[in-house]
Amino acid sequence: MYAQMVKSTGKGVILREEMSPEERAFQDRIDAGEKIEPKDWMPAGYRKTLIRQIGQHAHSEIVGQLPEGNWITRAPTLERKAILLAKVQDEAGHGLYLYCAAETLGISRDEMTEMLLDGRMKYSSIFNYPTLTWADMGAVGWLVDGAAIMNQVPLQRTSFGPYARAMIRICKEESFHQRQGFDIMMTMARGTDAQRAMAQDALNRFWYPSLMMFGPSDKDSVHSAQSMAWRIKMNTNDELRQKFVDQTVPQAEYLGLTVPDDSLSWNEDKGGYDFAEPDWDEFFEVISGNGPCNADRLAARTKAWDDGAWVREGLLAHAEKKRARERAAQ
Amino acid sequence: MTAEWPLWEIFIRGQHGMSHRHMGSLHAPDAETAIRNARDVYTRRNEGVSIWVVEAAAITASSPSAKGPMFDPSESKVYRHPSFYDIPDDVGAM
Repeated sequence: MYAQMVKSTGKGVILREEMSPEERAFQDRIDAGEKIEPKDWMPAGYRKTLIRQIGQHAHSEIVGQLPEGNWITRAPTLERKAILLAKVQDEAGHGLYLYCAAETLGISRDEMTEMLLDGRMKYSSIFNYPTLTWADMGAVGWLVDGAAIMNQVPLQRTSFGPYARAMIRICKEESFHQRQGFDIMMTMARGTDAQRAMAQDALNRFWYPSLMMFGPSDKDSVHSAQSMAWRIKMNTNDELRQKFVDQTVPQAEYLGLTVPDDSLSWNEDKGGYDFAEPDWDEFFEVISGNGPCNADRLAARTKAWDDGAWVREGLLAHAEKKRARERAAQ
Repeated sequence: MTAEWPLWEIFIRGQHGMSHRHMGSLHAPDAETAIRNARDVYTRRNEGVSIWVVEAAAITASSPSAKGPMFDPSESKVYRHPSFYDIPDDVGAM
C-alpha cells in the first residue's frame, strides 16, 4: 500500500477491561461505525498511528509524481502527454487532501515534510523503482494504481472522518489512473513486436514490486491488530494481495502478457490463485533506503523544498504588506 | 523554519444551483491565492461554478462535548416531520 508497515502502539489490541472509561466509549463509537472527528477525544496511540499512516500516504502521493514526471516530456503523443500531466497533477492533489487530513490531528504540513526529508517518515517502497520505458507508464497506472485502489476503497469506510472523506475523493480520481494505464498497456500489447516486448518487460519489472506494496504478511502483527480494531486498517495485507492477484492475472491474460511467476496457478478450493511471494529481503532493503532510486527521490524532494523556500517566504511577505496597506487605508 | 501559510477552508457551488459546499482545505498566503489554488485542487473535473474561501482560524465551531445538549432535543420532536401525520388516501396527494 501507499502506507506500509505502519507501527501502532506495539502492544497489541488493548483489552476492554484495561481500557479507561474514555477509551471504552471511544471503542464503542468505532464499533458502532461512528466517525471520529478531529476535535473528538481520542487515545494518544490512535492519533499518533493515524499521523504516521496518513503522513506516509501523503508523502507517497507526492514522491509518486517523480517516476511519472520523468515521462511527461517524453510522452509519445500530445494526447498521452496531456493525460499524463493530468494524472501527475491529480497525485499532487491527493497529497494535499491527505496532508490536510493529517493536519487536523495536530501536526503541520511543514513538520511532515521535514520528517520525510530527514528520514523520520517514509513513503511507499514502489516509488524507489525507476521508470525506464514508456511502457512503465502503463504498468504503473495498471498495477501500482490498481494495488493502491485495493487498499483505498475499503479505507473510504475508515473511522477517522477527514481520512475517510479524503479517500472518497481520491478513489473517484484513482479509477481514471488505472484505466489510462491499462489503455497504454493495451495499445502496446497490440502494437509491434518491439512494443509488445516493452510491455512484457514493464510487467516483469513491476509485478513483484507491486505485490510488495501490500507489505509483508501481517497476520501475526500486533501493530496491524490494533489498527484493525481502530478501523484505520480494514483488511490484512495478505487478503488485499490475494485480491489484487485474482483481479490482475485475468487482465494480463487479456493483454496476452505473461505474469513472471512460474508457480502461478488457479486454486479451485480457495477460489483464488496460488502465487509466489516477492523477495522480502529486497523489500526491507528498499524501505531502509537502499532501493535503486531512494537517493534520487529524496534528493529531488529536498531540492524542491529548498528551491521553493524563497517563493513561500516571498508570497507570505507580500500578503503581509498588502494587509498592512489595507489597514493603513482604512 | 519560516512561518507556514495560513489554512483556508474551501466551499464550492456545483453546477445545478445548489448552495456552496465544504470541499476541503488548503494553505495559501492570501485569499486571492487561496481561490486560485482551490480552482486547481478542487475543480479539476468541472466540480464547480463558484468558490468561497474562509480562513480556517475565522471559523467558530460547536464543541463536540456539547453534542448531546445541542442536538438531542430535536430527536423526540417527531411531529416536525410530515410523515408524523396520517392523511387518508381519499384526501389525495398532499
